[in-house]
Amino acid sequence: MAQLMWLTIALPIVGVLFNGIVGRRLGHRVVSLVGPLVVLGSFLIGAGALIELLVQGEEAVLVPLWTWAAIGSFTVEINLLVDHLSLLMVLVVTGVGFLIHVYATEYMVHKDESGHLHPDRDFARFFTFMNLFIASMLILVLGDNYLMMYVGWELVGVCSYLLIGFWHDRPDQPQDPIDLGEGEEPVRLQPLLSPAASGMKAFIVNRVGDVGFALGVFLIWSTFGTLQFTGVFEQASQVAEVTPAIITWITLLLFIGAIGKSAQLPLYVWLPDAMAGPTPVSALIHAATMVTAGIYMIARSNVLYALAPGVSMTIAFIGAITALFAATIALVQVDLKRILAYSTISQLGYMFMAVGVGAYAGAMFHLTTHAFFKALLFLGAGSVMHALNDVIDIRRMGGLKEKMRITWLTFWIGGLALAGFPLMSGFFSKDEILAEAYQDLPILWVLGIITAALTAFYTFRAVFVAFHGQPRDQRLYDHAHESGKAITFALIVLATLSIFGGLLGLPAFLFDLPNLMDNWLEPLYATLEHGAETAHLALTVELVLFATSAVVAIAGIAVAYLFYVVKPSIPQNLARSTRPIFSLLANKYYVDELYNAVFVKPGLTLARNMAEGIDTWLIDNILVDGLAKVIGWCGQQLSQLQSGYLRHYALATFIGVLVVISYFFLR
Amino acid sequence: MIDQVPVSFYLLLGAILFSIGAGGVLIRRNTIIILMCVEMMMNSVNLTFVAFSRYLDSATGQIFVFMIMAVAAVEVAIGLALLVELNRHKRAVNIDEINSLKG
Repeated sequence: MAQLMWLTIALPIVGVLFNGIVGRRLGHRVVSLVGPLVVLGSFLIGAGALIELLVQGEEAVLVPLWTWAAIGSFTVEINLLVDHLSLLMVLVVTGVGFLIHVYATEYMVHKDESGHLHPDRDFARFFTFMNLFIASMLILVLGDNYLMMYVGWELVGVCSYLLIGFWHDRPDQPQDPIDLGEGEEPVRLQPLLSPAASGMKAFIVNRVGDVGFALGVFLIWSTFGTLQFTGVFEQASQVAEVTPAIITWITLLLFIGAIGKSAQLPLYVWLPDAMAGPTPVSALIHAATMVTAGIYMIARSNVLYALAPGVSMTIAFIGAITALFAATIALVQVDLKRILAYSTISQLGYMFMAVGVGAYAGAMFHLTTHAFFKALLFLGAGSVMHALNDVIDIRRMGGLKEKMRITWLTFWIGGLALAGFPLMSGFFSKDEILAEAYQDLPILWVLGIITAALTAFYTFRAVFVAFHGQPRDQRLYDHAHESGKAITFALIVLATLSIFGGLLGLPAFLFDLPNLMDNWLEPLYATLEHGAETAHLALTVELVLFATSAVVAIAGIAVAYLFYVVKPSIPQNLARSTRPIFSLLANKYYVDELYNAVFVKPGLTLARNMAEGIDTWLIDNILVDGLAKVIGWCGQQLSQLQSGYLRHYALATFIGVLVVISYFFLR
Repeated sequence: MIDQVPVSFYLLLGAILFSIGAGGVLIRRNTIIILMCVEMMMNSVNLTFVAFSRYLDSATGQIFVFMIMAVAAVEVAIGLALLVELNRHKRAVNIDEINSLKG
């Protein structure tokens, strides 16, 4: 089965071709069938490979496909590396991807009052891009060398751009100011970027990181002479002994790529705006899979990162600070999807913290559980949007639990998992990361635990405001209805995974059961000197950390309950009394404005000056048009010789003949 | 009889005829007259050929003359056809009105 892994990539590509070429003509029902089915096929092949690896006890299978390029001694092989890490990623991508595809078959179709179905104008295009994304992501995780990873890396970026801007004709959306009660001026908010602009923003910001990644890949090649993982990792320790600086540079450059793709400080700004895309896209690309590419890349390159402790420490701190930073912004956002977007940035920060302290298995565990519950939350938010005619502002929701029982229940489960409520999947994965961080550097643990408290609070702020209390917009409330089978199916499956996903990585001291995730990923770190970095804390310390996480999560939820259900006047009063901080958070620390002033505006000015000064004036006017004008003027002058009178020509001929003859006579 | 007329006379006559023809081409405006003048220049050359042929006692010049007369007949046919077409298009025989190539 592992030898058939190329099919996991080929199947979605078949879907791309089918949906892209004939999907439009065959109608949305056929596309709804083909789109998810090809992803399911990939998932089944991946599952088969998993079983094969488990039964045969193999660690890695190399699937050679073909040689892409051979230039002298430099060859690029297209091989698939099927090992424990890539299989985990394949299963997450295709598994969650399949559910989201199923969900999208309903989400992208609107049902009107009389029950008529109105599929999106570009239904087939949507599934073409979604399938293309799955194929790209699989190329990224299955490649056995950095070049294939880079190809996949860029391809997922393109898909992200295409899908964020999917509704490319929608304009910017103004946001209602936040009302702070009588006699206080409301806090004004910036309008939400249009999908087209958001897509470009995502693409351009990612480009900054991708340059770093590309340079990293170049440096790997010039240092090691190969791009294959195995070759690079074998030589890594020798190179590190001779020139440790090179390893530092490689890891740093690769990490810059990860910062862009996985939305960390300072390149996270594109992710919140990516919410302009359709919700399944937000769930699949901007929460569950693509943004985890950076984590995967670092986990894959763990041999290199283990040799660069300084860079690893930087990663851990950037992750921890991003986690806290994004969580504070999420506290006051009013757009349901944006709250989830900032929580994604924050959770990715946890994962970077984990890989930074060497807890690669912990990071991959959190990546997996996060894929489950964050996809669930996004799909829940999408279900709400679907019911409310695309309204996403939580201030216009309220009381929805009466109308949407399944969405409400599953959103609760997702919220509990995200908040790290005890025994939910997110609890175990977050706790593992926090324990590792505590062992490495307690300050990281402090940042992490504060973030955990904030996470619990803002998650349940969204839950309580959207689903509980009184309806704030009666007309919308009356319109609301539970979504159909495809949506609720995806929600229920993901909710189940969000509850039980924690079983993959139970802490050793709690139930005396094996930590499946750690064991599964063990071979990945076989070459590391320290082996897998699992926490080896005293039992009492572990228990205290465990209890702290649990208490913090419950406290966060309790405070949210107090603020938004018991006494809804508290948050408003709090916002009034801390107005400067509140408006700073509501405006996302003005980071977008800062970037606009520092990078975008000067960049645009430079571009405009170049366009007008160099291109239009110098090249177009002076060089191109100028040359044409000079030649035209010469022609004009010479054309006066052409009088149009035959006798002038005849005379010229005679004179010419005379001159020639006299020359011959007189010489 | 002809022996008494020196060859220079023929050449002079040829030169005069040629000059009259050339002058006509340059000065006259009627296209048909211009064509006639061209013919005259050609015939002055024929005269010169024949004169030299006799003077040098060689047949080459006379062969040339037959060639030129044949070509001239063709040329006149084409030239007249062109003039007729021009006349149809432009309704003009005045060469100065036919100046669409003017720069």
